[in-house]
Order: sequence, then C-alpha cells, then structure tokens
Amino acid sequence: MNEARKDDTILDVKNLQTVFFTNSGLFRAVDDVSFNVRRGETLAIVGESGCGKSVTALSVMRLVPDPPGRVVGGSVTLEGTDLLSLDEAEMRKIRGNRMSMIFQEPMTSLNPVMRIGDQITEVLRLHQEMTSKEAWAKAVEMLRLVRIPEPDRRAQEYPHQLSGGMRQRAMIAMALACRPALLIADEPTTALDVTIQAQILALIVDLQKTLGTGLILITHDLGVVAQTAQRVIVMYAGKKVEEATVEELFANPKHPYTRGLMASMPAVISFGAKTDARLNEIPGMVPSLTNLPPGCAFAPRCSLAIDRCRAEYPPLQEVDGDHFAACWRATELVGAP
Amino acid sequence: MTEQRPLLEVTDLVKHYAVRGGILRRRVGTVHAVDGVSFSVAKGETLGLVGESGCGKSTVARSVLRLVEPSSGAIKLNGTDITGLSKAEMRPHRRSMQIVFQDPFASLNPRMTAGDIVGEPLGVHGLATGRAQQERVAELFAQVGLRSDQMKNYPHQFSGGQRQRICIARALALGPSLIVCDEPVSALDVSIQAQVINLLIDLQRKNDFSYLFIAHDLAVVAHISHRVAVMYLGRIVEIADKTELFANPRHPYTQALLASVPVADPKAKKLAPMIDGDVPSPINPPSGCAFHTRCRYAMDRCKLERPVLVKAGGRHEVACWLNGGTGRTE
Repeated sequence: MNEARKDDTILDVKNLQTVFFTNSGLFRAVDDVSFNVRRGETLAIVGESGCGKSVTALSVMRLVPDPPGRVVGGSVTLEGTDLLSLDEAEMRKIRGNRMSMIFQEPMTSLNPVMRIGDQITEVLRLHQEMTSKEAWAKAVEMLRLVRIPEPDRRAQEYPHQLSGGMRQRAMIAMALACRPALLIADEPTTALDVTIQAQILALIVDLQKTLGTGLILITHDLGVVAQTAQRVIVMYAGKKVEEATVEELFANPKHPYTRGLMASMPAVISFGAKTDARLNEIPGMVPSLTNLPPGCAFAPRCSLAIDRCRAEYPPLQEVDGDHFAACWRATELVGAP
Repeated sequence: MTEQRPLLEVTDLVKHYAVRGGILRRRVGTVHAVDGVSFSVAKGETLGLVGESGCGKSTVARSVLRLVEPSSGAIKLNGTDITGLSKAEMRPHRRSMQIVFQDPFASLNPRMTAGDIVGEPLGVHGLATGRAQQERVAELFAQVGLRSDQMKNYPHQFSGGQRQRICIARALALGPSLIVCDEPVSALDVSIQAQVINLLIDLQRKNDFSYLFIAHDLAVVAHISHRVAVMYLGRIVEIADKTELFANPRHPYTQALLASVPVADPKAKKLAPMIDGDVPSPINPPSGCAFHTRCRYAMDRCKLERPVLVKAGGRHEVACWLNGGTGRTE
C-alpha cells in the first residue's frame, strides 16, 4: 500500500483474533484477519454462514458477547484510536458517533415502544450538545435525507407502523445521524424484497458518497458485492482467503473457494447464462470451526487440493498487485471460472 | 411440451382472509391474499412462481395442496377437481402431491430419526412396512445423496442442506406426480443451494414429475423453471416460457423486478431502482391494476379497470393495459 492512500485510512484492523469458549471446545471465529477501510470507500466482506464475517464486524464494534466470546489478539484502530484498549465508557462515546452499525432485521434493532423520531434524537443528544428541539429537527432532516416520504409525520410513528424498507431507512438515518467516519452494514438488505433491496443499496451508496463515510458491507450475495463495493474480502472458516479490488476479484478470482462460489450462483438468463444446465456445486459443506483440518480449511472440498494443502495452511500472499489469496495453487488459476 | 391435458389446472383461485377487530371480533376487512389466479402445470414441467413477500405465492402453493381451503376457484389434479373433496376422499390424491418447505429446521420432527421421517408416509399409505419400508427408505436416501447409515440419526445431527435432502426424500417416498417447492433453497448457503438445485433437477429428469417452484430469488427460478409466472398482490401479472419472460418481459412490474436484481459483474450497469415505494397492503388493494400506484407508465384506465391476462404472442400472457393490452415493449 502506498503512503498517499494510507493517509485516508479510517479503520485499520491488524491480525484480529476472536475466539469463543463453548462446551464443545474453543473455536476461532475470526483467525488472524487484517484489513483497512479508507474514507468514502466500500469494503465488502463476503462468505457463507459461520465464516466469521459478522463476528469480524462485532469485534470491530467491540460488541462480541463476553462470555462466551473474546477478542484475544490483534489491533483495531479507528481514526488513530486503538479501540481494543478503551474501556466501555470510552467505547460508548465512539459507537453511534464515530462508527455505527446497521443490522439485517430492522425490526429487532429498533425499540418497538419508542417513536422513530425519539430514537434518532436519543443518538444525537447522547453524542452532541443539542436541545431536544434541535435534535428533533435534525432527526426529521435525517429521515428526509434517507428519502422517507412525509418525514415530519413518520418521525411521530412507531416502528410497527413502518414497512420493512422504511424501517431499514430509519435505521440508516439513525446510524448516520452523527456523521460517523465508518458505517458497518451487516446484511442490510437480506430481509428485504429485491425491489426494496435495490432502493436501499442505492440509498446507502448515494449517502456514502455525499457524506464520505467509509463502509463495511457484510453480505453473502456476490451480486450485491459487485454492484456496491470497491474492495472485497472473501472469508472462509474464520480466515481471510482472498482480497482484491472488485473488478479484479470478479475478472480473476484466485482462490478456488471464490471461484466455486461464483460458479455455484445461478444467474438470471437475460444476463447471459445458459439455461437448464446443472450448476457447478462445491461438494461437501462448511467445516465445523471446532474441528478444522490441519492444513487449508477448504482442502476437503477443493478439487485442486494437493498433499501440501492438507498438511500446511497456505499464507496470504500477494498474487498480483493488491490482490491477495491464501492458496498454494493460486498462481496457477487464471481468468474467471 | 405436448398439448395434452395438464397435470395441474388451477382456475380462478381466490383466497380471502377475514380481518377481525373490536370486542365482537366483527369482520372489519378482507385480506385479498390470492385474487383470481389461473395457471396450469404440464407433466414433467417446472412452473416457477415469483413475487415479493405478501404477493400470495405461498398461499397459492398451500391452496393447491388444500393445506389452506381456497375461498373459491377450481383445482384440477389429473382432471379431478379436488376442491370439493372430503378429507377421506382427498387421501388417495395426497399421494400424488407433496411439498418441500423453506425451513428444513421447522419441517422435520426433532424426535424422529431421519429414517422414520422418510418412512412415515409409506406406513400411512400402507405401501411398505418393516423390512420392505427400511429398504425403500435406504433407496430414497441414496437417491437424494445421503448414506443409509444416516437413517438412524436425528434431524439435529444434519446440516441445513442435508435436512433439505431429508425433506426431499420424504416428498419422493410416495412417488408423487407433483412436488410443490415453497422456497426450498432460501434458507441455505450459496454453495449448498447449488447442490440442492442440482438434486431437484436430476430427480425430475429421472422421475418425470412436475414442480410448482416458489421462490423470491429470480436467479434460482430462472435456473430451474421451464415456465415462470410473476405475481403481484394476489394476481398473476405475467406468465411465459422462461427464456421469453427473461428476454422480453412485458409487464412493467416484471421489468422492474428484473432490473432490481444485483448483477454479479462489476462492469454491468449499476443498480437503478425502477420502482419507488412499497407494495400496497393486500387488505385494500388499489383499484384497477394493483400495480398502478408504483407504475411509471400508468394511464387513467389502469386506475379504473383491472387488466386480465391476455396472450401477447405465443405462450406469453400479460395483464397490462399498455399497447392495447400487450404490455410494454422496450
């Protein structure tokens, strides 16, 4: 990474390790993951359930439930502050203020017995010197910013009076109210219908451009990644297995898992896929984190695996400028799957 | 597809639910869950039913199996109208239609072994018991890619994808001619989704049964279906062979739906939401064409008169007043 870009870095995560202590043993939900996010940039973290993408986000927010989980290693630096060394009171001043998070299901993250306007006002008054009147006006302005029609009236309403898409808009309004440097969106559109998803994604990308917020978008949907992100991290079994710019990743995926994911996605035919064909499936299933194989965790499902893959974990290596993959055979793979 | 009698013929299916309120629980409104839906499924064919949440696609699926009682309309299976049949009269027909649900965690009895779950329908219909049943179950397990030694395991010992395989094996047990799949892969991870879709395609090629395949994911539906019907607020707005539908969508809603799918190609056109706002409530659906409140091509007529499904060339049917009732062409 060159120096000019480094200045713009708002979040720097190094060698993050988060473990969970459970009855069936210790498992490494996030194992040695590093990444950074620059101002105004969208970083997508993609992977299947249990790959550690959500725990990565929770670790950055310091929201991992302890017990059973704990961040045991690495560093998380937001705008020069080492978050892992802060106490809970200091951390609270940062959450919702300098960084905030939106979740998959807006209904469970909104308070059902508080008016939408009051919930946004609460965030504002917690972090900024404001009278309740000013805060309410700002809350209405935020609702207008996320394109909720009749924001004055909607601010007076309760979450159950809003549709799913509206609720997610209200969540975004709340998350962005204090103009955070970093927004983490964990599957923000997974619970929404596809036409509403398009509206919400367009809104997030639009606001991010206007406000210059750095965005971490966690998703399992490669379509969403392609349409929103500038850089992508692919995770598998708690580890980062590939990182590249979005164009590079889709044109030239290097890790067999990434290639498998892309090939296993059905495509709408008008976009050029052949019809009636079987999909390329990845055999087997995601391994249990309590019982990982000694070498590459993907080796048992990988058609390219050699003896070395089963014995030694491949380090993350630069295979091309700014393109990293953790695979012994990454350099042999060329072109889209 | 030959023009013989279709396996399943649904005519003017309506399902209304009463909304009750007040202390006397009086009827204060009606949910128009399914509002006059007609379609047919040929033998060996897969009809995909797509639409957003609340459009009535699952209610259609359940009505077809009479898991919910339709308010009116006819459902003919192999030429027999099953809507008026009693529970006992329904029983022989239940053998020929089966369902696979979305959530393989909720649709399997946690206290039964996988083998017993798959074998139960065989016992209920008196087809096989004891040793013969065990053998048949082992066969079914092999067909869906499970090992026969897994028969003694309980559902919690299986992963999501494997549980869906158990559900599929159970559906196959009675040799049905129609399998209704209600969002069968929505709860699964992408790599597992592909395995289950492939399994469903393979099984159909081997056994020649029909699928009524319900999903909100257009790509999944596009992949597995021969024909696709698009639903909006309880009505079918467009139905056509899948290649035709995806290449030449005519209803503005179908067009918007297709445009909303994020393409897994960073070089392709960026997300451009084609419709604003939310789906209106099915309690008081808009007059005329239910989509007119969100349609950017809506005319006066759309607000007043409800468009009917008419042929727009070949087997392509669309319910839209544009272009004299043939929908919008790009």
